[in-house]
Amino acid sequence: MNRPSSAGDPAATRLASVSIALAGSGGAGVMTAGNMLLEAAAQAGYYALMTRSSGPQIRGGEAAAMVRIASCPIECMEDHFHILAAVDWENVYRFGSEIPLAAEGLIVGDPDAGEPHEIFTRSGAARASVPLKKLAKGIADGRPNMVLLGLVAGLIDLPEEAVTRAVEKTLGKRIAARAPSLAAVAAGRSAAASIERHYLLAPAARGGSERWLITGNEAAGYGAILGGVRFVAAYPITPATELLEWLAPSLAQVGGTLVQAEDELASINMTIGASYGGVPSLTATSGPGLALMVESLGLAVTSETPVVVVDVMRVGPSTGIPTKSEQADLNIALYGLHGDAPHLVLAPNSVADCLRTTQWAVNLAETLQSPAIVLSDQFLGQARAVIDRPEPGGMAPAGREVAAANATGYRRYAVTASGVSPMAIPGTAGVTYTADGLEHSERGTPSSQATDHAAQLEKRRRKLDSADYGGHWADVEGDGALAVVTFGSCTGPLREAVAAAAADGVPLRLISIRLLAPAQPQRLAAALSGVRKALVVEQNHTGQLHKYLHAECRFACEVSSLHKPGGAQFTPGELHRHLMDWSRA
Amino acid sequence: MRKAKTPRTVEEFMSFACAMEVEAAERYAELADQMSTHHNREVAELFARLSRIEGKHRDQVLARMGWASCPDTHAFAWESPEGPETTDYGDLHYLMTPFHALKLAEHNERRAAEFFARLAQARLPAKVRALALEMAEEELEHVQLIQEWLARVPLPEPGWNEDPDPPNVAD
Amino acid sequence: MNEASAVAAALAPAAFKSDIKPVWCPGCGDYGVVNALSKALAKLSLRPENVAIVSGIGCSSRIPAYTSCYGFHGVHGRALAAGTGLKIARPDLTVIVTGGDGDGYSIGGNHFLHACRRNVDMTYIVMDNRVYGMTKGQPSPTTEPDWDSKLSPEGTGLREFLPMVVALASGANFIARAFTGDPNGLAEVLVQAVRHPGFSFVEVLSPCITFRPEQLEWKKMVKPGALKPARDVARAARRMLRDDGFDLGVLYAGERAAYQPRGPRMAREAAELARGFAL
Repeated sequence: MNRPSSAGDPAATRLASVSIALAGSGGAGVMTAGNMLLEAAAQAGYYALMTRSSGPQIRGGEAAAMVRIASCPIECMEDHFHILAAVDWENVYRFGSEIPLAAEGLIVGDPDAGEPHEIFTRSGAARASVPLKKLAKGIADGRPNMVLLGLVAGLIDLPEEAVTRAVEKTLGKRIAARAPSLAAVAAGRSAAASIERHYLLAPAARGGSERWLITGNEAAGYGAILGGVRFVAAYPITPATELLEWLAPSLAQVGGTLVQAEDELASINMTIGASYGGVPSLTATSGPGLALMVESLGLAVTSETPVVVVDVMRVGPSTGIPTKSEQADLNIALYGLHGDAPHLVLAPNSVADCLRTTQWAVNLAETLQSPAIVLSDQFLGQARAVIDRPEPGGMAPAGREVAAANATGYRRYAVTASGVSPMAIPGTAGVTYTADGLEHSERGTPSSQATDHAAQLEKRRRKLDSADYGGHWADVEGDGALAVVTFGSCTGPLREAVAAAAADGVPLRLISIRLLAPAQPQRLAAALSGVRKALVVEQNHTGQLHKYLHAECRFACEVSSLHKPGGAQFTPGELHRHLMDWSRA
Repeated sequence: MRKAKTPRTVEEFMSFACAMEVEAAERYAELADQMSTHHNREVAELFARLSRIEGKHRDQVLARMGWASCPDTHAFAWESPEGPETTDYGDLHYLMTPFHALKLAEHNERRAAEFFARLAQARLPAKVRALALEMAEEELEHVQLIQEWLARVPLPEPGWNEDPDPPNVAD
Repeated sequence: MNEASAVAAALAPAAFKSDIKPVWCPGCGDYGVVNALSKALAKLSLRPENVAIVSGIGCSSRIPAYTSCYGFHGVHGRALAAGTGLKIARPDLTVIVTGGDGDGYSIGGNHFLHACRRNVDMTYIVMDNRVYGMTKGQPSPTTEPDWDSKLSPEGTGLREFLPMVVALASGANFIARAFTGDPNGLAEVLVQAVRHPGFSFVEVLSPCITFRPEQLEWKKMVKPGALKPARDVARAARRMLRDDGFDLGVLYAGERAAYQPRGPRMAREAAELARGFAL
């Protein structure tokens, strides 16, 4: 990491990226301070990313806010934090593995609020003390977390006006809290001068596109609405709940409806029922909810009813770790439906991509009359990021093909060349039919004939296989005889690792797959043309993507697997080291 | 529950009579379908024939009154839930024989005759009573016809409803 | 359209039946339901394309394809959920949910409770034959405790589920019991049920000739007109204390407002939502 500067050093190196962790417990307001720091960075024109960690308590538990601020777009956290600043140290050691420090780092604490645990100090990072509580007490209604905010802002040279705007915006209507908060921030900023080490941000690049402050969950929700979704039925589950909370009022604004269902079985069936009625529909859940839904997803396949399920993946199996990210629902997303039930599986690979991929998923589901599972994850879903405004869709909005009224000889499940047969929407005269989970003839009448089954299987398979997915199926970046293949939130750190490797003279191709099912063996083969060795990188214990690609694709090159379970994201440095070793092996 | 309605005029009476025949005819046609689906061809054909016969009775009423169609039966009240000539869905069996079907028809015609006979004795205008008597006699003739038909069909054998195969599972 | 042509445009019951022949055993009560439903829909002056019949799995769930309306034959126990989603998304449709006692009260039990609570404007018809017909004769939640079967020899020993009591306690706005042996009576109840706002629940005794031939006695045991509609839940509840499962009629016709999505519904452009993210 870049060497820290000294306060007041005119030749100080400016950092393109700074990572800060704020920690504390028992209502210290660490999350609030973190959010304000993020907002201040946004106001100052920086890109930023914030994640959070907390103890199991509902309130008053230990908490940490991790904020990375940079002058270029970022999609992951760094290998080490420059600053760990704590209001107090109660149980903060539990975040030890999530807040790695290096000798170049700085640990700041309140001398009256305990000592940092050895898990942090053994890094060799510099130590500093600031009497946050005392300073806060010196201000009427002053709070230590605001002092902390000012302190950190000073350490990284975040412009004061940006911090002020952020505090005011976050406090909103609480006018009375403004003056004390800003005073506490100022006190903290002054205190920064007493600390030897600083981590001064390089100036933010001004101009360019509009910026957004958004989470992956919100982006997915917005993508759904842009794709045309106007009905959602859902059951709350961590870490998908915020997606639903954003959708509830937003759908109402555009004339849609969100219904809280009694369980996931109801959610998926309500969604399917609404879609049968002609309204693009979606639900969002996590692993345990998806497990409950798979029977009904099969119904959507056989009855050819469009539906989108966003799975914000968390650590599994079973209840797992609801607050941590993992990519271990790939198997159930691909294989969880009984019978031969081809369907769509997609995965966004960044916070911004959550918008585009969800929108695309809705579009594909509608056009191909199929369920689509969108594999987001806790990291993407709950990370708050400052991003460039995402470009609008850019996918061909074909939409649902509907049957015309009184069409003669209408057969709902007619075997067409494309496999897509027009759907009669209730209310349309002369083309009534019964949608069925039972296998059926072209007309839709239940059939136990092997020939009807074969024909319908073929039709349902063909409509997915022969669709044009364009260039969206994956992001294919860079060149070289070595390639890394991945999906989802591994993409962010992998992009930085690949850049670092290229700087070290080892160019790599990166393929981040967005359309996981139906598999795209030909496209993957083309993307890997000329590649001598490929490495599949994923965040699960059993190498699910690696196994899937081997099952579906023919590789001309040697393919290895790098996988680790969820609970800790891959970092760029970790991946860079691995890539370098692997490239030499 | 519907209040019992008694026809007070010739028009009303003939509406009843017409509706009875229509409901009976439609029911026999439906039962013919059921029997056909369950491969009981003999009884299917029998019910189809009974449907046609009831249809003719309906035509007779229509012709007599100069009407184009009959009113709905469910506008009327009967002692049984449906019209006196209408076969109860519950009285069917997929292995039933023509004898059983004709017994049902006999039962229907007899109930119709009794219905009209009651009306013939009721405190109603003379014209209506006369019509009721006429209809009662007609229905009795139908009963007779059915009985003659019955005499020509074999009695059901013991074990007529035995099926060595167990019921089938579909879903 | 003036009154005369509106009347002229009303369809006959036959227009609501499809050409698909039911697979039900002759003697099955469900034939009476198709009969009654087609009469009711005709009486209501509905058109087949504006009616959707949503069902689960079981003999009675086969009904949608036997009508000429839009149908949705979904998975076991989830018909109420599918019907709810459909009706909320398409309030212009008449949504009728159908199924049996197993589909509705066993696997579907949870959705039954919440459908009554939610009080979406739709009609739920359960054809109760107190057995699982389609899977060859297991006890259902409404089966008597001592009914012998292969899966539960000497009976389940469990108290029967009381669907009308549960419906009343959970908030259903219209509750009735009818009998397939009286299709005309059933048709009248269905007309009332569809007309009544909110969640209308009609429990229909429907004998199973194959697995419970003793139910052919039901026609002697039912008491038409024994239930008179109460507008007060407590009154209806007291009435149920005297119920023996064969009292027919409308138990309860309440005045709860039918489900409406809460809060204002606007018609903004989707792009306007981006303002919430833009710095």
